[in-house]
Amino acid sequence: MFSRDRWKEILEVLTTNWFRTLLTAFGVFWGIFILIILLAAGKGLENGVKLDFGDTATNTIFMWTQTVSKPYKGLPKGRRYNFKVDDVEAIRQNVDHLRFVSPRNQLGGFGGANNVIRGINAGAFNVYGDYPEIIQQEPMDIVQGRFINYADIIDKRKVAVIGEGVKASLYDKEEEVIGTYIKIRGVSFLVIGVYKKKNTDGDSEEAQKEIFTPFTAFSQAFNMGDRVGWMAITAEDKYSISDLKESVFKVVKENHKIHPDDTRAVGHFDLFEDYSRIVRLFAALRLVAYFVGTLVLLSGIIGVSNIMLIVVKERTKEIGIRRALGESPWSIRGQILMESIFLTIISGMAGIAFASLVIYLINYALDSNGPVDMFTNPSVNIGVVSIALTILIVSGLLAGLIPAQNAIKVRPVDAIRTE
Amino acid sequence: MIEIKNLHKSYKMGSNSLHVLKGIDFSVKEGELVAIMGSSGSGKSTLLNILGMLDEADSGDYHLDKVEIRNLNETKAANYRNKFLGFVFQSFNLINYKTAMENVALPLYYQKVGRKERQRKALKYLEQVGLKEWAGHLPSELSGGQKQRVAIARAMAAEPKVLLADEPTGALDSKTSYEVMDLIQQINDQGNTILVVTHEPDIAHMCKRIVHLRDGVIEKDEKVEQVRASAYV
Repeated sequence: MFSRDRWKEILEVLTTNWFRTLLTAFGVFWGIFILIILLAAGKGLENGVKLDFGDTATNTIFMWTQTVSKPYKGLPKGRRYNFKVDDVEAIRQNVDHLRFVSPRNQLGGFGGANNVIRGINAGAFNVYGDYPEIIQQEPMDIVQGRFINYADIIDKRKVAVIGEGVKASLYDKEEEVIGTYIKIRGVSFLVIGVYKKKNTDGDSEEAQKEIFTPFTAFSQAFNMGDRVGWMAITAEDKYSISDLKESVFKVVKENHKIHPDDTRAVGHFDLFEDYSRIVRLFAALRLVAYFVGTLVLLSGIIGVSNIMLIVVKERTKEIGIRRALGESPWSIRGQILMESIFLTIISGMAGIAFASLVIYLINYALDSNGPVDMFTNPSVNIGVVSIALTILIVSGLLAGLIPAQNAIKVRPVDAIRTE
Repeated sequence: MIEIKNLHKSYKMGSNSLHVLKGIDFSVKEGELVAIMGSSGSGKSTLLNILGMLDEADSGDYHLDKVEIRNLNETKAANYRNKFLGFVFQSFNLINYKTAMENVALPLYYQKVGRKERQRKALKYLEQVGLKEWAGHLPSELSGGQKQRVAIARAMAAEPKVLLADEPTGALDSKTSYEVMDLIQQINDQGNTILVVTHEPDIAHMCKRIVHLRDGVIEKDEKVEQVRASAYV
């Protein structure tokens, strides 16, 4: 089937009429080119939008307290309550498949008064009391020193990890940061590390101006008692936090004597729901790209089929002779099919190569001109390319089927008589 | 070698059918050189096509080398054609983008003979027809007589039981016709069975036996004194 003579013949047939072969090949070339470019553009858009989510673990909800809106067990509505440290433990005990349950407390905020002092420098920063897991829910690079660890939590050490923005406003350029002390609301904290967030969001500057301290030390230093301001809860990768969050709320509601149907008492923001909406959008976009690309490719395939019909017609006599000499019908069918598949694959490969070149050039332009909003690194992965190749082989086969059948439909005696 | 009994064949032409072969009884022994003669429309080409398994009879028996030829599917027919028969056509029917040697090697390729062996055999048969030096030439670079000789080499390459020639000299002038007939006689001298369809009496008389067809029946079947073509070359 794949002998040297067969390949020689395929090449002979396809090269007898170069111009026609090229025109035919162009149909397939163009189809696969459009398909790949569409997919790459979709991917670029997707990458751009997903970049806005940064490295944040997207399977996360943030949860805080609001006023109770239903009377329950003799307690009135409009009541305020606080999360307690016990709630954290209760959630961990009662809800499965949660990866992190991080209680957080916070000082300061947007436009707050100066709350941190070092020597003669002062600034207004967000100060958090956190557990070590927060670094996985809000990923950041530690550029100097280390992050908070459990020893800090247990010993209630007054240590702090500061952002690069904090460092810039409290320290001189060349000054050593690790081992110095900063005063947060009059309480001295030892600086043990400097972080940098990779997020390139609009508020990136604000994100570098945060200070992380151990949750326990924070509560003690600022008289939080066992109160918890809010929580960041992340589910295990295989489970969706959107499915698990109701059971989390249930635990909290039971602990605080809140009516089970009270939907307002616990406020939350579901990052995953947001994220999945965007993921769905891009899935739809990809579907459209496949649809349009495949249709364009289809017209190319029809072109190949058409030309193969003409080739078969032209070679009717030759095919007749070969059958008279004893070539089996299957061999002739195979020959026509292979010609068709070969033509499709070669032109398809050229299309893929050309599309890759264009994508490379776009990436090159993006790299040299700086980032463009909502569009980053358009690309197709090897999976898409193999799907495209599969489509090509199948369509080459389809394109050759009818011509191959035509080739053996004519009886050899009639074929030879054709002058 | 060939046994035919009561062979009938008719073609449908629109509403009426044309009865071409009306009961042919005919046999050929090994090593014979038979000419089938007749005017156009006498059914000689139809008979040859049926003998060549390119066409199928409506009724009657056909045995080729004691194998019954009946209800063959295309794959089987192709296989039998390849193994049993060699064809020589009036219009040569060489494949024009293949060289003389590739053309001769073609039937061997369908027999799945290895590449080296194919080339060796093809050259051997080209040498027999005196065209070894032309092995690398395309059919378009050969004269009519040379083309027919390549075609004969191709027909012989598969070492068939029977060689079927349909007007092998029809497209040639008389001098080249005799050259071709000389070649056919030589092949016959080596013991090969050959059937030649022709309407030229001089060509027919270069065979050993002439079968006259008229209106689909055998009119006369006679043994003749063979005229050697070499006398005219």
